[in-house]
Amino acid sequence: MELLEIKHISKVYPNGVRALEDVSFTVEKGEFVSIIGLSGAGKSTLLRSINKLVEISSGEILFEGKNIALARGKDLRLMRRDMGMVFQSFNLVKRSKVITNVLAGRIAYHSSWRSILGLFPKEDKEIAFKALQRVNILEKSYSRADQLSGGQMQRVAIARSLAQEPKLLLADEPVASLDPLTTIQVMDDLKRINRELGITTLVNLHHVDLALKYSSRIIGLREGRLVFDGPAKDVDDSILELIYGRQLLSNEIFGEEHEQ
Amino acid sequence: MNSDRHLKELLPEKPSELKRNLSIFLLISIIYASGSFTNFSLSKLLGNLKEGADLLDRMFFPPDFAYAKRLLLPMLETIQISFVGTVIGSFFAIPIAVFSARNISANKSVGVFFRLFLNLFRTIPALVFAAFFASVFGFGSFSGMMALLVFTIGLVAKLTYEAIENIDPGPLEALTAAGAGQGAIFRYAIVPQVLPQFLSYVLYSFEINIRASAVLGYVGAGGIGEYYDRTLSFLKYDKAGTIVLLTFFVILAIDLISARLRARLI
Repeated sequence: MELLEIKHISKVYPNGVRALEDVSFTVEKGEFVSIIGLSGAGKSTLLRSINKLVEISSGEILFEGKNIALARGKDLRLMRRDMGMVFQSFNLVKRSKVITNVLAGRIAYHSSWRSILGLFPKEDKEIAFKALQRVNILEKSYSRADQLSGGQMQRVAIARSLAQEPKLLLADEPVASLDPLTTIQVMDDLKRINRELGITTLVNLHHVDLALKYSSRIIGLREGRLVFDGPAKDVDDSILELIYGRQLLSNEIFGEEHEQ
Repeated sequence: MNSDRHLKELLPEKPSELKRNLSIFLLISIIYASGSFTNFSLSKLLGNLKEGADLLDRMFFPPDFAYAKRLLLPMLETIQISFVGTVIGSFFAIPIAVFSARNISANKSVGVFFRLFLNLFRTIPALVFAAFFASVFGFGSFSGMMALLVFTIGLVAKLTYEAIENIDPGPLEALTAAGAGQGAIFRYAIVPQVLPQFLSYVLYSFEINIRASAVLGYVGAGGIGEYYDRTLSFLKYDKAGTIVLLTFFVILAIDLISARLRARLI
């Protein structure tokens, strides 16, 4: 059954840039989908439209049958709660402890005064610790986030989104600031979470071969238009040329030599 | 040799230094003009050095240590006035800073209004506030406290809203994406990022307020300031020297304590 239906969405920024043009696709429960394309092709705008960090200009985005483009206030917050998001720059509060950062994923489960006072129930803390354990970083629970390495920070950020107990995970260039070895660990984490918890995952990726290796399905964007949507195994040189408009540069391929 | 010439040909044209030289010239002109406008004269400054040294001699060599005993209570009053004014003023500064910060303010015109309001606050000297409150509430420590309170709002709110404008927007985005409301975003994304700076501004304004309250004494706002007025109008320079020394030690103590606190906070 479809978890997410994107119907003819377009986005024009106030400065006139047309970031998305009539994009449509659906995502089934449990899928692991990578979105690829050049910088500026609209990958980030597409992902941010899904949880309404960016407001689309036209079209519909149905999440579990509800149009998030029309959702407001509490409805919107509850829909966002069901979608975790992981960012390129991790977006942790660096001066706060790891566990505090992860508990922030539980905020939308409670009334605002309760979360403002920091009165998280015991079960929430258990959920937070379990999320940290799932990404193998439980021992850092009481460290301050600014004491962690980049890879560790991204795992804490993944744990924060897991603490939301989401149905959909949106990852916007999750490995773009990481070194090759950590990249593999974080991608493995995302894949494992998708498989073990059945959380549907949508990832923006700069490196084509990572996308092909980890995802079952590829969506290709070029200048705001969807130019390819199909199984990863169908992607060949002619399709990559369709998406990228030219031969790939070496820095767009992650490279076999990093994979051990 | 050959490669040297090659490098010179490749180098882009050197940027003009005209702008920098003009700026230096302008700065020197302004300093000179200001000096002649205020009748600054080096010979006058050097010629009267002896008088200055004389005065310092009468103030501090030796100060009237016995007088210090009489100063302890008014000094305590000054500290109390400054403390209460700083704490309450800083408390009111928080919402004003939130409404003023361009990156989180919900409404553009509200932000403009509050920033204008803050500029107005800082334009008016504390002494004028003190005179104003003295005429409303009468002479005494309450008026002095009110003046410092208003002054603290202006200072702390301004510095804090600038700190808020400089925070990392990432956590705000992450919490919005997690479905958090405005209050929770403030508590979990903004407060942890600006808290150390905010507290350091509060401590700084406490120091300034202790010094300022000495001046406020002139308009009858209570505390140590009244004793400046008394001693200086009767030319009791050794007693005035004691007040300066005592104030110095109090400021020094506060500075030490706040340095410790700040080191622990950051």
